[in-house]
Amino acid sequence: MNSIILRTASAYLLPLLLLFSIFILLRGHYEPGGGFVGGLTAAIAFVLHLIANGLQKTRSLLRYHPGVFIPTGLLLSFASGVAPMFVGRPFMTGLWLSEPIPVLGTIGSSLFFDVGVYLVVLGVTLTILFTIVENT
Amino acid sequence: MELLLVILIGVLYASGLYMMLRRSMVKLLIGLILIGNGANLLIFLLGDLSKGKPPVIDVALTAFQNAYADPVPQSLILTAIVISFGLQSFAVVLLKRVYMITDTDDLDQLNSDDQDI
Amino acid sequence: MTDHYLISPILTHLFSVILLLFCWKKVRLQKVISISSNAVIMMIAVFLWMKVWNQGILSMQGGDWQAPYGITFVADTFSATMILLTAVAGFAVATFSAAGISKQRIQHGYFPIMHLLLMGLNGAFFAGDIFNLYVWFEVIIIASFVLMTLGGKKPQMEGAINYVTMNLLASVIFLTAIALLYGLTGTLNMADLSLKVALVQNRSMVNVTALLFFVGFGIKSAVFPLYFWLPSSYNTPPSAIAALFGGLLTKVGIYALIRMFTLIFPPDEFLHYLFLFVAIATLLTGAAGALIKRDFRKMLSYLIICHIGYMVAGLGLFTKSGMNGALFYLFQDIVVKTNLFLIAGVIFKMMGTMNMDRLGGLAKSHPRLSALMAIAFFTLIGIPPMSGFWPKISLIRESFTTDSYLLLAALIIASFLTMYVMMKMWTDIFWKAQTQEIPQGKNSFDELRPHHRQLLIIPIAFLCLLSLALAFGAEQVAQVSNRITTELMEPQGYIDAILKPNSKP
Repeated sequence: MNSIILRTASAYLLPLLLLFSIFILLRGHYEPGGGFVGGLTAAIAFVLHLIANGLQKTRSLLRYHPGVFIPTGLLLSFASGVAPMFVGRPFMTGLWLSEPIPVLGTIGSSLFFDVGVYLVVLGVTLTILFTIVENT
Repeated sequence: MELLLVILIGVLYASGLYMMLRRSMVKLLIGLILIGNGANLLIFLLGDLSKGKPPVIDVALTAFQNAYADPVPQSLILTAIVISFGLQSFAVVLLKRVYMITDTDDLDQLNSDDQDI
Repeated sequence: MTDHYLISPILTHLFSVILLLFCWKKVRLQKVISISSNAVIMMIAVFLWMKVWNQGILSMQGGDWQAPYGITFVADTFSATMILLTAVAGFAVATFSAAGISKQRIQHGYFPIMHLLLMGLNGAFFAGDIFNLYVWFEVIIIASFVLMTLGGKKPQMEGAINYVTMNLLASVIFLTAIALLYGLTGTLNMADLSLKVALVQNRSMVNVTALLFFVGFGIKSAVFPLYFWLPSSYNTPPSAIAALFGGLLTKVGIYALIRMFTLIFPPDEFLHYLFLFVAIATLLTGAAGALIKRDFRKMLSYLIICHIGYMVAGLGLFTKSGMNGALFYLFQDIVVKTNLFLIAGVIFKMMGTMNMDRLGGLAKSHPRLSALMAIAFFTLIGIPPMSGFWPKISLIRESFTTDSYLLLAALIIASFLTMYVMMKMWTDIFWKAQTQEIPQGKNSFDELRPHHRQLLIIPIAFLCLLSLALAFGAEQVAQVSNRITTELMEPQGYIDAILKPNSKP
C-alpha cells in the first residue's frame, strides 16, 4: 500500500507498539497480559510496518528470518520448564528470586517461560504472514 | 444473559454446520471457525456466569474478600482460542495452496483420487 | 508414587524439536539427531516401563500444584506400554525416513514436525487431565496436518482437505464434550471425574456427554460410520508418514476411548450395545472396503479400519478377557501396521507403483526381502503362532461366552476376509509374474547406495523381529495385558495414585 500517512505513522507506531508489547509481557504474571498477547502485539507492530512499507523493508528491518525466533523461544521456555527438575521439583514449578529487582519486579522462572512464548508467537505469526504475503 | 448466550451458541453451531455442508472450501473453513467459537462460548456459559467479577485476585489483597469468577473456564477458552488460532491460520494457508494447485473452490472437484476402485 | 522424571520422553522429544529447528537446512545432521534421539527415547521408554511394572502407577503434578487442581501426568501400565510402542514405531520410522524421505521435504521441516507428532502422542498417553488430553490431541493433529501436506501434489492436497476437516470437527466435538463435563462436575482431572461423574444426578446429560466423547474419539480412531476420511487420505503422503499415521494415530483414538469408557463412563446397557454394533459394522465394512480396492495402501487403509473393529469389540464386551484381547490386539497392531506401510514404501521404491495390477514378480527378483515381508503379512492375518492369532482367539471365545453371536460371526468373517485380502496381495505382489516392464528410472531401490538400502530394510527387519517376539512371547504379553485389564477395570488404584500419591497401598 502506498500511503504517506500510514508510512509516517508506522515509523512512530512501530517502537511504541513494541514497547507496549513488552509492557504487556512483563505485566502478565499477576495481571491480564502475558507472552501470547505480547507476542501478538509485537507481530502486529511488524505487520503494520509490512503493510506500509512492503515485505522487503520489513525483512531487512528484522535482520533475522522470523523462523529463527521459534527455536530460540522454545529453547528459553524449555529451559525454564526443566530448570526446577534439577533442584528436585516437578516440571514447570515456579522458581523465584527472593529479592525483587527494580523496574522488573520479582524474577521467576515463569518470566523466562513467558519471554519464550512471546518469541515463539512472534516467530510463528510473522512466518505465516510472510508466507501468505510472499505468494500473492 | 444465560438465555441469550444459549441462543447464540445454538445459532453458531447451526450456522457452522450449515456452512460446513456447503460445497465451497472457504465456506467450510468459515463453518469450522463458527463451530469453534460456539464451543468456546459453551465453555464460558457452563463455567457459571458471574458479572463484573474478575478471575484475578487483586495483588494488594492478601485474602479473598469478594466472590471471584471461576478462572478455569477462562483459561480453557484462552487455550482453545490459541489453539484454534494456530489451526485456522494453517487451514487458511492450506486452502490457498489447494486452490493454487487445483484451481477450484468446489469440494466436489477434489475427489479425483477416489475414482479408481 | 510420584516421579518427577516421568515425562522425560516428552521433554526429550521437545528438545530434539528445538535442536532440529536450529539446524533447519542441514539434512544429514537432522537425520543423525533424529535417529539418535529416537534411540535414546526408546531406552527411556524401556526404563519407564520397567519402573511402572515394578513400582505400580506413577504420577506427576505439573508445576507442583496438587491434584485435582494441577495438571496431572500419569503412567499406569497401559500408558507405559503405549509409550514404549510409540518409541519403537518412532525409531523405526525415523530410520526409514533417513533414506525414504526426499531432501526437499526434510528441508521443509519434516523431522522437527515428526518429533512434534511423537511428542504429542507421548503427551496424550501421559495425560491425566482431560483438557490436557485435548491439548495433546491438538498438538498431534497440527503436526499431522503439516506432515500430511508437506511438499504435496494434487492427490495429497485432496486427501489433506478430508483429513483436516474431519479432525477439526472431531476436536470441536471433543471440546464441546469437555465443556459439558466441566459444567456437570466442575473438575477436569480424570481421576476426580471418575469419582464425580458417578454422583451426578442428571444421568441423561452424562449419557449425552459420553456419546459426544464417543463421536469425537470415534472420528479420530475411524470407526463406522465416521471413517471415510481415512482411506481417502492415508494413501496420499509418503510411506514413512503414512506408517506413523497408520500405526499410531488411530490407536491414540482407541487409547482415549478405552481410557474414557473404563475410567469415567463405565458402559451401561445402551453404550454396550452401541459399541458392539459399531464394532460389527466397522469389522464388516472395513473388510469389504479392502476387498474392492486395487491400490496397496488403500487396501491397508481399509484393513486399519477393519482391525479397529476388534479393539472396539473388546471394549464393547467389557469383560476381562474381552478387554484383554482388545489390548493384545492393539499392541501387536501398532507394530504390524507400521511395518506394512514401511513395506509399502519399499515396494513403491522398487516398482514405482502401488497398483496391484501392475505389481508382481517380487519373490523372484528379491527372494530374501520377500521372506522378510512374509512375516508381516502372516502376522496381520493371524496365522498361529503369529501374534495376530492370540487376541483373536480370546475375543472369539469371549463373544461365545457372552452370547454375542452376531459379533462372533462378524469377527470370524472379518478374519476370513483379512486373510483373503492378504493372500490376494501376496500373490499379486510377490508370486504373480511381472506383467509389464518397470518404466525407466522408476526402480530407485536397486540404484540406492547400499547404506541407504540398509536404512530402509533395518526398520522393517526390526519390526518383524518384534512381531515374532510378540508372537512367541505371547504368554508374557498376555500377562501384561492382563495386568492392564485389572488396572482398567478396577480404577480405584488409578484414582488413589493421583489423588493420594504419597500414601503407600
